[in-house]
Amino acid sequence: MASVASKFVSRLESAIGASHVTADPAVRSQYAVDEVIPSAVAQPTSAEQAAETVRFAALERLALIPSGHRTKLEIGMPPSRYDIALDMTGLNQIAHYDPGDLTVSVDAGANFSDLTAPLYQQKQFLPLAVPFYFESTIGGIIASGVDSSLRHSYGTARDFLIGAEFVDGTGRRCKSGGRVVKNVTGYDLHKLLIGSLGTLAVITRLNFRTFPAAPSGCGFVFSFHGHEDALAFSKLVERSPVRAASIDLVSPKVMQLFLEAEKNSPEPPGTGLQGKFPADSWHLCVSVEGIPGVCERASREFAQFTASSTAKPAQFLTLGESEGADLWHYIGQAIPLLLGACPSVAILKISTLPARLTQLLRRLHAAADQASLAHAVLARACGVLYFALLPNSEDTVSLQSLAKAVLEISSLCTSENASSSIPWCPTALKRSVNIWGMPRPDLGLMRRLKSAFDPQDIFAPDRLLSR
Amino acid sequence: MHSGLLRELEKLLGSSAVLYQPEEVLLYEYDGSVEKGRPEVVVFPTSTEEVSQIVKLAAKCNVAIVGRGAGTGLSGGALARTGGLMLVFSRMNRILSMDPENQRAVVQPGVVNYDLTLAAEPHGLYFAPDPSSQKSCTIGGNVAENAGGPHTLAYGVTTNHVTALELVLPEGEIVRVGSAQGDGLGYDLTGLFVGSEGTLALVTEITVKLSRKPEAVKTLLAIFDSVDDAAETVVDVTARAITPAACEMLDGWTLRVVEDFVHAGFPRDSAAVLLLEVEGLSEAVAAQAIAITEVCNLHHAREVRLARDHAERELLWKGRKNAFGALGRLAASNYVLDGVIPRTKLPQALRRIREIGARCGFDICNIFHAGDGNLHPIVLYDPRDKGQFERAMQASAEIIRYCVEVGGALTGEHGIGMEKSELMPLLFSDADFDLMRRVHDAFNPNCSLNPGKIFPLSKGCGEIRVRAHSSFRPSTT
Repeated sequence: MASVASKFVSRLESAIGASHVTADPAVRSQYAVDEVIPSAVAQPTSAEQAAETVRFAALERLALIPSGHRTKLEIGMPPSRYDIALDMTGLNQIAHYDPGDLTVSVDAGANFSDLTAPLYQQKQFLPLAVPFYFESTIGGIIASGVDSSLRHSYGTARDFLIGAEFVDGTGRRCKSGGRVVKNVTGYDLHKLLIGSLGTLAVITRLNFRTFPAAPSGCGFVFSFHGHEDALAFSKLVERSPVRAASIDLVSPKVMQLFLEAEKNSPEPPGTGLQGKFPADSWHLCVSVEGIPGVCERASREFAQFTASSTAKPAQFLTLGESEGADLWHYIGQAIPLLLGACPSVAILKISTLPARLTQLLRRLHAAADQASLAHAVLARACGVLYFALLPNSEDTVSLQSLAKAVLEISSLCTSENASSSIPWCPTALKRSVNIWGMPRPDLGLMRRLKSAFDPQDIFAPDRLLSR
Repeated sequence: MHSGLLRELEKLLGSSAVLYQPEEVLLYEYDGSVEKGRPEVVVFPTSTEEVSQIVKLAAKCNVAIVGRGAGTGLSGGALARTGGLMLVFSRMNRILSMDPENQRAVVQPGVVNYDLTLAAEPHGLYFAPDPSSQKSCTIGGNVAENAGGPHTLAYGVTTNHVTALELVLPEGEIVRVGSAQGDGLGYDLTGLFVGSEGTLALVTEITVKLSRKPEAVKTLLAIFDSVDDAAETVVDVTARAITPAACEMLDGWTLRVVEDFVHAGFPRDSAAVLLLEVEGLSEAVAAQAIAITEVCNLHHAREVRLARDHAERELLWKGRKNAFGALGRLAASNYVLDGVIPRTKLPQALRRIREIGARCGFDICNIFHAGDGNLHPIVLYDPRDKGQFERAMQASAEIIRYCVEVGGALTGEHGIGMEKSELMPLLFSDADFDLMRRVHDAFNPNCSLNPGKIFPLSKGCGEIRVRAHSSFRPSTT
């Protein structure tokens, strides 16, 4: 194996230059995906070099997984083959930023945080404060398909990704969409890249519509004894003339993690969230953006709900801009906090129609309780919830119990007409459970699509459409 | 063989749902574009199952199929370029379910866009994509072309409001993609099929998001003595972080004709007007209306009028949405273009369009979605004069080339269809076409669905693999 690898490594070095390739075991191991370590790491600094790497892989029938800062690389099934890690962080420039047109075009390997600064200078932003956003590349954010709280008002990436450049499985540089905010020219292939986990193409550049930053914002937290009342109240908020920017439901355990993270933060924020939220409560966190008059109106409307609703909150807290920023930072980072808190956590992403959330959550709790597993929830009012199962150890018995519980939940979701997957879980769990759940009727169409983009199946084989 | 197909179709659908006499199918050789393409047989299914059966029968006889809604499209997308069978969805026009609590509806493709909004209205909801033809165009057609409209500036185009589809593939297989909630697993197939112009599958059911009606709406009419000032205003509104729900421009030519037709109150002596709408919470709307007025005044608006009530607002919009029809009073025919530019290029683009019109000897009117840079220059010409038609097409191609040169796109909402397929190489390389072709072939390998669309003829299905038939006659036996 080593000799085969070393042979192709030298040829890869000839193809893209020795300084862009490494086979150092210590480096390679950093690119492991579900414990599979590639034989080489390619670090292109141009789209053409990335394409050359893909052409090489296609010619030699080697499997390749593109990556950025590898903060979400564990999402997916273990790759059945993985020869070359394609590190895209060398492509990291902002190619165009046209504030007047509200468009930005950025290389896939650019840090999201490097993009936010120039946008902020122009009082604009991209609503992509997804898990790990501060250390993610923009390409990784799109390829992993993760979402943010702000999807409630701004939509997901599919609503503001307006074009892309990428390398297909034959090693040719292709594009889709463009750099204008309205465009129906050709197939919307760039939408397919969102959440594709690098299985269709190597993204080299992404074009977005940007948004003007709101002049001010405010946050409200309604605390309830149970999720039922919290979700009933959420419906009132949603139907209010005030359009919330985000509505998230945070379970007691998740809030506890936020407070611990704040306490342990090396730079504690001035105001602080400590002591503000009753323990054992479910917290409905609502953010509102707009001119100060909008926040004042929201405050009045929501206060009225607390007085008139049968689902009465135990506490209604209005947060100032700085406290709100802290809380929403932690809401955005709930996933990393859960992963940090419990090494063997399994976090399911479940999507359903909003009106079904209450019943679904009730059944999920029952399933977790039956498996004697601690659990935590972050739910978005649009019908997406992250349900974390937290085993108290990493031993085989716990793993078996976890596997049984996730299978139970997967089947429960099917019966509730909800879709479920397990974006984050121990690699060992993936040996007994398909994280993508039951086979779906459109799987055949997805396979056809994969073959169209990647005829030789060299991109991240079996990570998304596992056999 | 083909007479056998006609018999099978009549057996399946009944004779009233199968048209093949030349005088019957003649009506279907047009859509809203300047293109033509006559089908040999037109069928009207009433269910997904019937669509599937039709597709299977056509596949057996190697006959091409084109789906069609109301035929209001402006790019020839719903025309039978190579003859064959046209499948019209006008009898699949039921709203299958309305779920106000989850803000979803499931509709058949033949539902008229505005009818869905009317049905949703009692629940305080509406369907946001609102093409100018919304009182006649169908949601199936909107999905095929990824249609837009004036309010897409704030709310996005059709694809942003579709969460799931039921499809019939060229082999007749019925498949569902996406989910009612919207976050499906795996690839975003819904995102691919919306806007694929009927070239990948036939859409038989659509799950859409419904939007909540805003608390307050204010519509402003800003009147300018110079087109440049109006265009600069549009650029400046965006620069000041104001996002109106709609920002439409009508130039002097257009507004005079529209005024004569609709009597919407557009000043006949002005050079251009902007129709601006802001929506949302009353506090925000009031502030935005003031901010917009200030920007307009800064750019020398002669007057900024605020519509006093719903009736006045409706009248202004009637003027905007009926403008294309009104232009029929000016010339024997007109050609509506659809191009996109980065919005900061608006002032120079309008100047260039004027130059091209003057050079080619045409009056070119402009009525368009200024806020998102979606131009609709309208070339007025006489189709009876063949030379004039050709010159009009040349002028139009020059305008679209200019859009691409300044970083724009070939179409913002009408689609490529057969109108712009030959212009596609302006934007796409051979590698792009090869990939699009492979994606096309993954679903529609024999080019049996809507052949001759999107791709330039030399880069599409190569030779059109499905034969065009000339003798669709029932057997007398």
